[in-house]
Amino acid sequence: MSLPARIGRGIALTLFAIYFALPLLSMLDFSTRAKGGAEGRTGEAWANLFQDEDLRNAIIMSLLLALFTAVAMVVLLVPTMIWVRLRVPGATRVIEFLCLLPLTIPAIVIVVGIANVYSWVTYLLGDSALTLTFAYVVLVLPYAYRSIDTALSAIDVRTLAEAARSLGAGWTRVIVTVVLPNIAQGVLGAAFVAVALVLGEYVFASLLHFDTLPVEIALLGKSDASTSVAASLASLVFVSVLLIGLSFLHRNRRSSS
Amino acid sequence: MSSTHASGGRRLAAAAPALGLVPFLLFIGIFLVVPTVTVVATSFQGADGGLTLDNIRALGSEAALTTLWHSIILAGSTAIIGGALGALLAWLVVSAGPTSRLRRVTLAVSGVLAQFGGVPLAFAFIATLGFSGVLTEALRSWPGVDIWGGGWLFGLKGLIVVYCYFQIPLMVLVFVPALDGLRVQWREAAVNLGASRWQYWRHVAVPLLTPAFLGSVLLLFANAFAAYATAAVLVSQGNPITPLLIRSALTSEVLLGQANLGFALALEMIVVVAVVMTLYALLLRRTSRWMR
Repeated sequence: MSLPARIGRGIALTLFAIYFALPLLSMLDFSTRAKGGAEGRTGEAWANLFQDEDLRNAIIMSLLLALFTAVAMVVLLVPTMIWVRLRVPGATRVIEFLCLLPLTIPAIVIVVGIANVYSWVTYLLGDSALTLTFAYVVLVLPYAYRSIDTALSAIDVRTLAEAARSLGAGWTRVIVTVVLPNIAQGVLGAAFVAVALVLGEYVFASLLHFDTLPVEIALLGKSDASTSVAASLASLVFVSVLLIGLSFLHRNRRSSS
Repeated sequence: MSSTHASGGRRLAAAAPALGLVPFLLFIGIFLVVPTVTVVATSFQGADGGLTLDNIRALGSEAALTTLWHSIILAGSTAIIGGALGALLAWLVVSAGPTSRLRRVTLAVSGVLAQFGGVPLAFAFIATLGFSGVLTEALRSWPGVDIWGGGWLFGLKGLIVVYCYFQIPLMVLVFVPALDGLRVQWREAAVNLGASRWQYWRHVAVPLLTPAFLGSVLLLFANAFAAYATAAVLVSQGNPITPLLIRSALTSEVLLGQANLGFALALEMIVVVAVVMTLYALLLRRTSRWMR
């Protein structure tokens, strides 16, 4: 490569790096800055993440929701997808279409229409933020579907199932102890994405009036911007670790297969 | 056993596996299909529950049209800016070689930042460009430039700047595979036939990449058009874009004198996104012809 081209590349890449790093570094600086224009640093905003009671409750609620959503997604989607491959291959297209549908319907649109459904849900199950699990399973479906579908395509589900069946295993046993361990990485990947999405979800939580972490961060922003910025950065770092861990998971799978 | 019973039993046995799909279909029905159908149906309902076109007509009011126009400007400009810069970054990354560290790091970071919408993104830019943001204060003390400028960050212009932060990484993610699809042999063939570097790009690479580029830009458009959280946190006054107008329709019962306008606005969003995604699917089919 010629020298001017190399310099041009270097400048362009540096500009991109600055553009992407600047807001992140600003968050770190902003959240550790001393209050009231004074010099120096303070960890107050970060300590608030654990001390502020509302914020702490919201963090716990969001983590619980992430866990519930990941589990519910696995319980609902994995047996269905395995069952489709084994017994109802004719339904493959329909299930795929339904799973990818949430990508083309904006979340805000679903919120507008879901009010009636949710008044029933809260009537039957109580007014807990954990009821958001239902809506969140729908939101994570497209990503979970792709991850699990890739894993299922990589193995011969039919032969595995036939082998297990001829040895006397029931369908539950086939799905849980024969097929599931073979697609564990795909399922784990789907769960990671579910957790990442749920921790950042704001549309449903705010418009259905539930206190989750993003809602609390947005609320705090009006009175205490540094704590909001600290919480934002913390959730971003947490989600980054999850997603980068996910990319390692994919690389391992590729190198091992 | 009579023959009718036997065939009935066989039919039942054939349908039995489909029963395994019932829990899933029931769930999707309640939490995805019912809400969507509700939106469509209520769009045509008046306050008294009767059939009416008033809500749809209200979409043609000046306020609703201006908001839609702003939404399209926001989604369109960030799709084009994000598409162009993202394609440039994707090209810089791909030309560094398939195993380079630059490629691995950029793709990993893009994977994270493309998901980085929502509330944290709004606060990232408040911390950077807000009134006491880090960059604002730095530039205020030297060289004395005021980039705060009366709070443009909290309006449509601010949203354009902020949205680019997740649009560029998303473009990198969707455009790198297209660039990877350009085979070395094609360039070699062009060079063997006497093409210059410019001619190769002009007559081979760009025509091949155009459908993929346009498709990616459409995906970015839909992505920005449907985004809500960042705007909801950043914009506290007025409703410059459609999702925010929907928010105020949900929180205050009657908007612009129309009871169910929120549903009609939601229907409008479905239609826009459906049109964009259909075009995207068509372009994708064209791209997949040579991308293997």
